[in-house]
Amino acid sequence: MISFFSNLLSANAELAITVVKIVLLLFIVLTVNAYLTWFERKVVAHIQSRWGPHRVGPHGLLQPLADGVKFLFKEDPTPAGVDKFVYYLAPLLTLTLAMTSIALIPFGPNPIRLFNHDIYLGIAPPDVNIGILALFAITALGVYGVTLAGWSSNNKYSLLGGLRSSAQMISYELAMTMSVVGVLLMAGSFNLKKIIEAQAHHPEWGIFGWNIWPQILGFFCFFVAAIAETNRAPFDLPEAESELTAGFHTEYASFKFAMFFIAEYTSMITVSCLCSILFFGGWLSPFPASWTFTHYFPSAVLIPFGLWVIWDGVRYETLFGRIILPGAGTAIAGLGALFMLWHGGNEFIQGPFWLLSKIFVFLFVYVWMRGTLPRFRYDQLMSYGWKLLLPLSIVNVIITSFVILAKMTWWGAK
Amino acid sequence: MTAPLVVFFVLAAMAVIGAISLILQKHPIHSALSLIVVMVALAGLYLLLGAEFVAAVQIIVYGGAIMVLFVFVIMLLNAGVEEHTSISKMAGAPGLLLVVALAGFVAATIAKSTESVQAAPQTAEMASTMGISNMLFKEFVYPFELTSFLILVAVLGAIVLAQREKS
Repeated sequence: MISFFSNLLSANAELAITVVKIVLLLFIVLTVNAYLTWFERKVVAHIQSRWGPHRVGPHGLLQPLADGVKFLFKEDPTPAGVDKFVYYLAPLLTLTLAMTSIALIPFGPNPIRLFNHDIYLGIAPPDVNIGILALFAITALGVYGVTLAGWSSNNKYSLLGGLRSSAQMISYELAMTMSVVGVLLMAGSFNLKKIIEAQAHHPEWGIFGWNIWPQILGFFCFFVAAIAETNRAPFDLPEAESELTAGFHTEYASFKFAMFFIAEYTSMITVSCLCSILFFGGWLSPFPASWTFTHYFPSAVLIPFGLWVIWDGVRYETLFGRIILPGAGTAIAGLGALFMLWHGGNEFIQGPFWLLSKIFVFLFVYVWMRGTLPRFRYDQLMSYGWKLLLPLSIVNVIITSFVILAKMTWWGAK
Repeated sequence: MTAPLVVFFVLAAMAVIGAISLILQKHPIHSALSLIVVMVALAGLYLLLGAEFVAAVQIIVYGGAIMVLFVFVIMLLNAGVEEHTSISKMAGAPGLLLVVALAGFVAATIAKSTESVQAAPQTAEMASTMGISNMLFKEFVYPFELTSFLILVAVLGAIVLAQREKS
């Protein structure tokens, strides 16, 4: 019996690895999503001079768990007169597409060698030729979830929210796609890995080799359009609570609502990944390649952070906090020490560390913008998308192609 | 049966079932959803043939842009379940006749052809992004530019039609 399973496993090793990777990524993304809600509430609270969640667990760290339990056990009524099939399909579609898009993100350059197989970080192999196009294809389908949810709910607020969202997404998808064309022209590929490698063309330039400098216009257009695509503040008109109660998800309760919620946060993570990969060098270090001492940067961040968590936990009021926080701190500091002392680990962590830090910064910017900017009016939203972002991104494409053409004809560079 | 063949049959079944459901569904939104299933299944078939770029564009343009507009218009008009008048019911009879005729014609053509039916040759080089752009901008550059001119005219027409109310 055991030999049967081992035979099956060795025959389908690639398949088994992919399945394990999918389960792992699902677990990680869902956990990060949960703590992203905690992070958002905390940051927005501090922006507004409040404490945010702080009752459940130390620093409110168990709040996501409590929220999850609440989502699971709330009553889940289906309103009268809904289109049953579409009503159930909409949250499922939204969540599935959001999760699928994250499968295409490569999280690091070097594979882990395990059981004689090169295991890359990220589910798709890192050389998907149409990487960015496939991502846009999945995002393009994402509109349906919100639209259909609004339509099937049999509620005028939901319908208005759904209509707004489809209009908004059609408008901003154009600008988002156009703004990336500059990056694609510079890299000469749709492949996400090649786009990152093109930014390491001059290893000594470090941060100044990234796409953000020549493509600053493109980045501006992309980030704004991407925030609008994910329906986040200040572009959260489809769920503007002062006008539409809750917009497209008014009639959704319990776990179906949670699915929309998780999908929104997952798309936030995807957009942050894309911003880092397309414009901020992905897993590249901001320092010149010859500065090898910067390889200890991950340890220099993790060890003090871990020590701070231990110190914070020891003087915490509750017994639970005094156990949990120092434990977590020890784990973090230990990880930092491991990356400092073990050469292989140090080499391996460089890529993922920089990519994850960049993703974290963009997630913070997302929350920061929600905490500071007021919502757009609907006509402002439309004219902003069509009259400013789209022309700007087209200008960016034209400038970039002329510069590349000039380089090729006059300097003979490729 | 090899894995690609299994995937082909699954996608083909999806496309055919989606197309049949597009006709049979009573509500326009359900019909539109069925059409999206057809588009996505077709994109999967392109992917199976190695035409990655075409597959992605199929989903972005047909699945994303065009079908969103369909759904948007249906929602905006708040179209309900379709109503059958006596004439539209009568139209079913010649329609059925045409279906039988077309199916017979296709079947006859397949039966008459002496060559065995084969999958398209693997044209990874031609189907790649570079191959497509080489074809578009070298071999077929005049038809391509003519098409873009037509689209430009259509865009201008849409703007003129939309602005007519103001004057």
